[in-house]
Amino acid sequence: MNDFKEIKEWYLDEFKKFESTLNGESAEPIHQLRKEAISNFSGLSFPNTKDEEWKYTNIAPLLKYNFKPSISKGNISVEQVNKFLFDQFENNLLVFVNGHFDEKLSRIKDLPKGVIAGSISEAIKQKSPVIEKHFGKYADFKNQIFTALSTAYIKDGAFIFVPEGKVIEDAFHILFLTTAEDDKILTQPRNLFVAGKNSQVTIIEHYSSLSEDVYFTNAVTEIYTDENAVVDHIKLQEESTKAFHIGRMEVDQERASNFSSHTISFGADLSRNDFNTKFNAEGGESMLNGLFLIEGTQLFDVHTMIDHAKPHCNSHEHYKGVLDDKSRGVFNGKVMVRKDAQKTNAFQENNNIILSDDALVNTKPQLEIFADDVKCSHGATIGQLNKDSMFYLKSRGISEETARTILIHAFASDVIQSIKVKPIKDYIEEILSKRFNN
Amino acid sequence: MLLEIKNLHANIEGQEILKGIDLKINKGEIHAIMGPNGSGKSTLAQVLAGREEYKVTQGEVIYNGKNLLELSPEDRAREGLFLAFQYPIEIPGVSNTNLLKTALNEGKKYRGEEELDAMEFLTLIKEKMKLVELDQSLINRSVNEGFSGGEKKRNEIFQMAVLEPKLSILDETDSGLDIDALKIVANGVNKLKSPENATIVVTHYQRLLNYIIPDFVHVLYKGKIVKSGGKELAFELEDKGYDWIKTDSKEMVEN
Repeated sequence: MNDFKEIKEWYLDEFKKFESTLNGESAEPIHQLRKEAISNFSGLSFPNTKDEEWKYTNIAPLLKYNFKPSISKGNISVEQVNKFLFDQFENNLLVFVNGHFDEKLSRIKDLPKGVIAGSISEAIKQKSPVIEKHFGKYADFKNQIFTALSTAYIKDGAFIFVPEGKVIEDAFHILFLTTAEDDKILTQPRNLFVAGKNSQVTIIEHYSSLSEDVYFTNAVTEIYTDENAVVDHIKLQEESTKAFHIGRMEVDQERASNFSSHTISFGADLSRNDFNTKFNAEGGESMLNGLFLIEGTQLFDVHTMIDHAKPHCNSHEHYKGVLDDKSRGVFNGKVMVRKDAQKTNAFQENNNIILSDDALVNTKPQLEIFADDVKCSHGATIGQLNKDSMFYLKSRGISEETARTILIHAFASDVIQSIKVKPIKDYIEEILSKRFNN
Repeated sequence: MLLEIKNLHANIEGQEILKGIDLKINKGEIHAIMGPNGSGKSTLAQVLAGREEYKVTQGEVIYNGKNLLELSPEDRAREGLFLAFQYPIEIPGVSNTNLLKTALNEGKKYRGEEELDAMEFLTLIKEKMKLVELDQSLINRSVNEGFSGGEKKRNEIFQMAVLEPKLSILDETDSGLDIDALKIVANGVNKLKSPENATIVVTHYQRLLNYIIPDFVHVLYKGKIVKSGGKELAFELEDKGYDWIKTDSKEMVEN
């Protein structure tokens, strides 16, 4: 059996090169974290399909490549960035090229006092107390090999801090652009978003590339929502269809905080998402919604875990998938209701539509309930476009293609409608129309 | 002649339902097709609309000079054929107006006519809504979702009014309707009647025919038309039921 030792050696060797570029940082606490992580990485194995958590997602194709950790940003012009923008977000734009913050391409203006938005590398350098308190605290790099890899190579990423009571009206658009060309690079954006008490913020993580290149994005995002904070998070993944995307998001929620997440996934040849959210105190609300639209040989995998550790919390999870050609989808949603978590409300659903004979979905909704006074539901469906609906539309003079588009739109509409940021909603509608109406 | 059906045979999953239908319909006419349950009435309606599950094994259908059976369901609709469904389909997430605007404009494009813009479309549907006394709120909702039985049937007639077909097939549009809803539906159909179009009313009961007066009545039994006549045939069926047809036609069907 291949245990991918060689590729592990590769990343260990590359680490030494990476270390040599970090002048004078070796005594800093951040580097102690890196060293701890690389030592964990060294002790862990890459998962294979015998691991329950990776049963349906074979990452051998990803481990076939010697991806080179990106140490500098590529050259991208403002014009090249413009086509990835949504008009309304001109004020709060953070651009990362090959994983590195590009100040010239970013636009941050007139933030309320105390709000920080920019490069995490800068915040680490400034020894921000927020970093000290939260950074690296939520994403497990002891057991998760990709998170260990990310932590070992911590260099840059997005950092947003909204202090107590501040409300940011314009969404932050964080654009992660990769321009790999023939270099098979690994970019590892490392993001931290901290929302103080009673604050409110909307954050869009947007992954894309300039061309259809082979590269590997290994992204880790940690989010902390303090008491009564409201965080609206959107992840728009439209990487190159030859790329690999591994993403982890860890959310820590304090009392009465409200976190909502929408993951919209169109890109990457293989994408694996691990999203975990945890209620540390009562009264929290969490929404994990998602839509994936895949074709060709694409694989989309999402593993979520909502940890109801405390009573009186609500969670809502709804993932929808549309699969064409030979694509494969994996949904594994776990809701854990611990012994003390009375009066929990947890709703979970996964619906999939398969447009071809060869596409495949593995779906596994899981509820583990240890409390006795809770309301929980879960369900999963896999089906095709409804034949009766198709015929009904055609019988009114609507073509087969248009009828398909209409029905796929309709299928995805409740997830799309639950997105609060209108330009994103419009953009997704546009993609749907383009893809199924040719 | 608008429609000519010659010796039409059709089956579903190998079971023959239509066993040689002959029917001629001219513009300006209303034909009622009656018959007991399971006689093939709805199958005939579905086959004419182009439902793929039914296989036509014999016969031909000439519609407006074209071979109807060679046309896709959408092209049949664009050529002016309309089926009001016995059980209208609910389509969550698709609004009535979206369906109608798309249908109307795809039809117009096919026929080389000018498409309607948003304003023209709104004016049109406002006018047609009155015809079947359909509430504005239903128009903006998802197609048939959460509609009552009567609302669904009225919505079918509303769609028919907007699409202005040459040949309308009403498949048991009366079933499940209370008398008020029945009158509204019938009134809508009568107002849409013109010397240029024709209607096929498929029904089990004579009741609807008190409000939509047919020019011809045909009785379908075991996949064949066993009796044709004027509107008085409908009254005869109402009086005597279908049993006398069954006995009368037994010999005929078996031969």
